[in-house]
Amino acid sequence: MNSISVRALLVRGMLAGLIAGAFALAVAYFLGESRVDAAIALEETHSHDHGGGEELVTRTMQATGGLATGVLVFGVAAGGIAALVVCYALGRIGRFGPRATAALIAGAALLTVYVVPFLKYPANPPAVGNPDTIGKRTTLFFLMVALSVLLAVAAVIIGKRLAPRLGNWNATTAAGAGYVVVIGLAYAFLPSFDEVGKDFPASLLWEFRLSTLAVQTTLWTVFGLVFGYLTERVLAPAARTAPSRVANSVH
Amino acid sequence: MAQPAVPAAGSSAITPISAKAIAPWAVFFGVLMLVLLYFVGAEQGATALISGEGVHEWVHDGRHLLGFPCH
Repeated sequence: MNSISVRALLVRGMLAGLIAGAFALAVAYFLGESRVDAAIALEETHSHDHGGGEELVTRTMQATGGLATGVLVFGVAAGGIAALVVCYALGRIGRFGPRATAALIAGAALLTVYVVPFLKYPANPPAVGNPDTIGKRTTLFFLMVALSVLLAVAAVIIGKRLAPRLGNWNATTAAGAGYVVVIGLAYAFLPSFDEVGKDFPASLLWEFRLSTLAVQTTLWTVFGLVFGYLTERVLAPAARTAPSRVANSVH
Repeated sequence: MAQPAVPAAGSSAITPISAKAIAPWAVFFGVLMLVLLYFVGAEQGATALISGEGVHEWVHDGRHLLGFPCH
């Protein structure tokens, strides 16, 4: 295998990301938009300073073209990065085929890039969050994402090192436990933010956060399945035709 | 998380793609993808490369529903 298959997988990863983004966009539009609208309606009854005067982008455009741009670009970019990770993981994380490798990487991405940071710094709807702390909240959110991803990579490396001594099951459990403990310490020691207004409905906050989780879960699930299928199709013919080529050369 | 390797015994094992073959793609496209993610997730929030509110306002709903800190 060479750089041609890296290119083939990268292109397919971005395509799978685009398809996954389209599914995630449907979930975001049908599950999420009503909650964003409800939160903005609450925001406007309390203060009029947000947006200040004329709207740069109308709500309709934000909820359609803007939302589509955001989710689809995210899908393509995340799909491309995940494809590069799969390129490296193929044949290196155990005896998994292309589909299983793609599914594992997609699952790991959902967990490490979204769920773990989300449990510490959950998504906030409009009207929740103090604009004065946006710098600090953004820094800590991305710090948490980076920490989670790096620790997961470290856990995989340590798990592989321990495998010959402990066996696959125990090594995987030990590495997973190490990841959970260090993430737990980060949760305990990094600052938290509670900027939900007293009269912001708890049910709306819960529904909004669940919809963001649904958007990300949809995106990574569809990506894992579509990219796994495409990867299998790229790599499997090579494996199938290899014996016949050998047979031909004998003749 | 870790899925440790088993010594490849069967014919089903995949030959890993060498890191040297992946590196140029990873460096160029990895950075490009991260720049895209930055524009969707963070531009004109805590930091801004382009002045104004246009990018922030355009991807506003996507940013909220993808779980990024928005404002």
